Amino acid sequence: MYVAVKGGERAIDNAHAWLAEERRGDPSVPELSVAQIREQMALAVNRVMAEGSLYDPDLAALAIKQARGDLIEAVFLIRAYRTTLPRFAASSAVETAAMAVDRRISATFKDLPGGQVLGPTFDYTHRLLDFALLAEGLPAPAPGTPAKPQPVPHVTGFLNRDGLIEDAPHSEAVPPDLTREPMELPADRALRLQAITRGDEGFILSLAYSTQRGYGRTHAFVGELRIGQVAVEVDIPELGFAVEIGEVELTECETVNQFKGSRTEPPQFTRGYGLVFGQSERKAIAMSLVDRALRWKELGEDFTGAPAQDEEFVLMHADNIQATGFLEHIKLPHYVDFQAELELVRKLRAEALALQEAAE
Amino acid sequence: MTDALNDDRKGWMSLLAKAPPARLAALMPDLPDHALLRAPEVGAVMVRGRTGATGAPFNLGEMTVTRCSVRLAEGAVGHAWVQGRDKAHALRAAVVDALMQTPESAGLHACVLAPLAAEAELARAVRAGKAAATKVDFFTMVRGEDA
Amino acid sequence: MIADALAGGFTEAPVQSARAFREVLEAMARPGTIRRVVGALPPAPVSVAAGVVLLTLCDGTTPLYLAGAADCAAMRDWVAFHIGAPLVTAEYAAFALGRWEDLNPITRFRVGQPDYPDRSATLIVEQDKLTNQGPALTGPGIETANWLNLPETAAFRANRALFPLGFDTIFTAGDQIAGLPRSTRVEAI
Repeated sequence: MYVAVKGGERAIDNAHAWLAEERRGDPSVPELSVAQIREQMALAVNRVMAEGSLYDPDLAALAIKQARGDLIEAVFLIRAYRTTLPRFAASSAVETAAMAVDRRISATFKDLPGGQVLGPTFDYTHRLLDFALLAEGLPAPAPGTPAKPQPVPHVTGFLNRDGLIEDAPHSEAVPPDLTREPMELPADRALRLQAITRGDEGFILSLAYSTQRGYGRTHAFVGELRIGQVAVEVDIPELGFAVEIGEVELTECETVNQFKGSRTEPPQFTRGYGLVFGQSERKAIAMSLVDRALRWKELGEDFTGAPAQDEEFVLMHADNIQATGFLEHIKLPHYVDFQAELELVRKLRAEALALQEAAE
Repeated sequence: MTDALNDDRKGWMSLLAKAPPARLAALMPDLPDHALLRAPEVGAVMVRGRTGATGAPFNLGEMTVTRCSVRLAEGAVGHAWVQGRDKAHALRAAVVDALMQTPESAGLHACVLAPLAAEAELARAVRAGKAAATKVDFFTMVRGEDA
Repeated sequence: MIADALAGGFTEAPVQSARAFREVLEAMARPGTIRRVVGALPPAPVSVAAGVVLLTLCDGTTPLYLAGAADCAAMRDWVAFHIGAPLVTAEYAAFALGRWEDLNPITRFRVGQPDYPDRSATLIVEQDKLTNQGPALTGPGIETANWLNLPETAAFRANRALFPLGFDTIFTAGDQIAGLPRSTRVEAI
């Protein structure tokens, strides 16, 4: 129960003023610019864009600055801003096959058309703190070789040709949108993917890890992981044709999963899919594992009670803004609820003590 | 408008939309007189992906977009939809779109569109070159069963 | 697309739509009161008021049904450019625009579902004029009674009987609007 109480305005104003001061930190240290955050904290910016579900690096960087680096708070700011924007249109589905790849690797085929392109990855670093970064300075320019930008084919396409992997049949169905209609369960795969791609990276990572440890095992290989720029094309109503209005950086992961067949499906490889805003490779891999785990029903697999197979569990708990809102509201005044509880406990104690005394 | 003209227009609208706003402003500092049919307006476009890259569409998340429509004194109408929240970028792109439908198009092509296209191409090639430099050349040393 | 369709939208959308929204809100909150709105110039025969309501309440996610004379090429282009609402048949409409006789039979429109009463249509009914004469309106938002020149009463009484389901109505004439939400009781005449 909630009661309206007044007061505290001055305390709140002063708390805001102090928050602003603390956010700035020691004024003798130069202030961070939004551009610095955008350029040098790019992966944090990417995470805020993915979970905020709005691609705009400048806004995400601003949100990070305002939130003092609390990424969930930054996501909250982006989600709130997003609701003020009119929705002009939906894009045509992006063509990830035409991606200008910065990175493209496959764990299933060593020699594949287009090759293994490592890109700017942490993978082969030694995870030793680089004390040289304590000093400022420009890194040596990365080497380049003359190359013609050209699209690289998807790995699953090769397997598909031999019928060894399930097909992902083309469709132009209008997907459900959980930002417009309340999520209804059971959700179809399109709705699940939307919920997961904007879900909390930590939550999706842990669920994916749980499938690897045996809670809804899916025997996943990373068929392909690619990161790069993809054009976004929109039908312009006043023109009657579509125009590429910009580019977004995306991370895409396709898993190839061992599948012995089921009551309804022949033995073949099955697929999990991850697609995330920005360079977000941990999230994209985790997304594809959770996507695959949630597909047990359509593939005729058994429900083993694993959390990652439980659509209600996954989808209703993936959103960190919903989660933090409900979690943190319990710190707000619940004076009347608590008074009632206090009364109840006092009464129960009195009854229990009376019984005890009577027994003695 | 014929399909070929539409294709040209699609091309320049896309080039203008993807151009760095500061660069477009430098190439096109002064705009001719124009009336605003739709003042620059910031909104969002829902970006869609496909399940398994080829399957059914799903909603990936939104991106910010600014759109604008103008009419020049002589009547040509220009439209722009550009990524981001830069109203000056959208206005400039819409005016160039309108000018491209007037006799000034050849001059504009040479002075604005061609440099933008060349710079975009160069930027892509540089990035592709850096990616290519991280491509792995595998060589097999000793296979396990031969040892 | 004909060039005239590109004119007649809000010139300063954030301010104009906020003001217009306030007027529409007041009109719906105080059924039967007549209010004025400005800022839109839709193609004939659509009124300024109906244009303002469309610009304010509709977007690409609100399916729109144009009835009778409002369903003309100029208006379809105007909606495409300024609003982006998909044009649909009456059964799928979130909003519908037309004269009362063109909107009939009004039983075609959505009235919502018990768990989502909001999934219903809002009818924008064009009239020649709006006056505070006609059947008495009572109910939420009305202190004693208001009067409005409704095109008929039976349909609105039947709609009230469906509450909490039902459609909502905004009457428009020139630059005037008046609201008749589903919660209003209409006198039988």
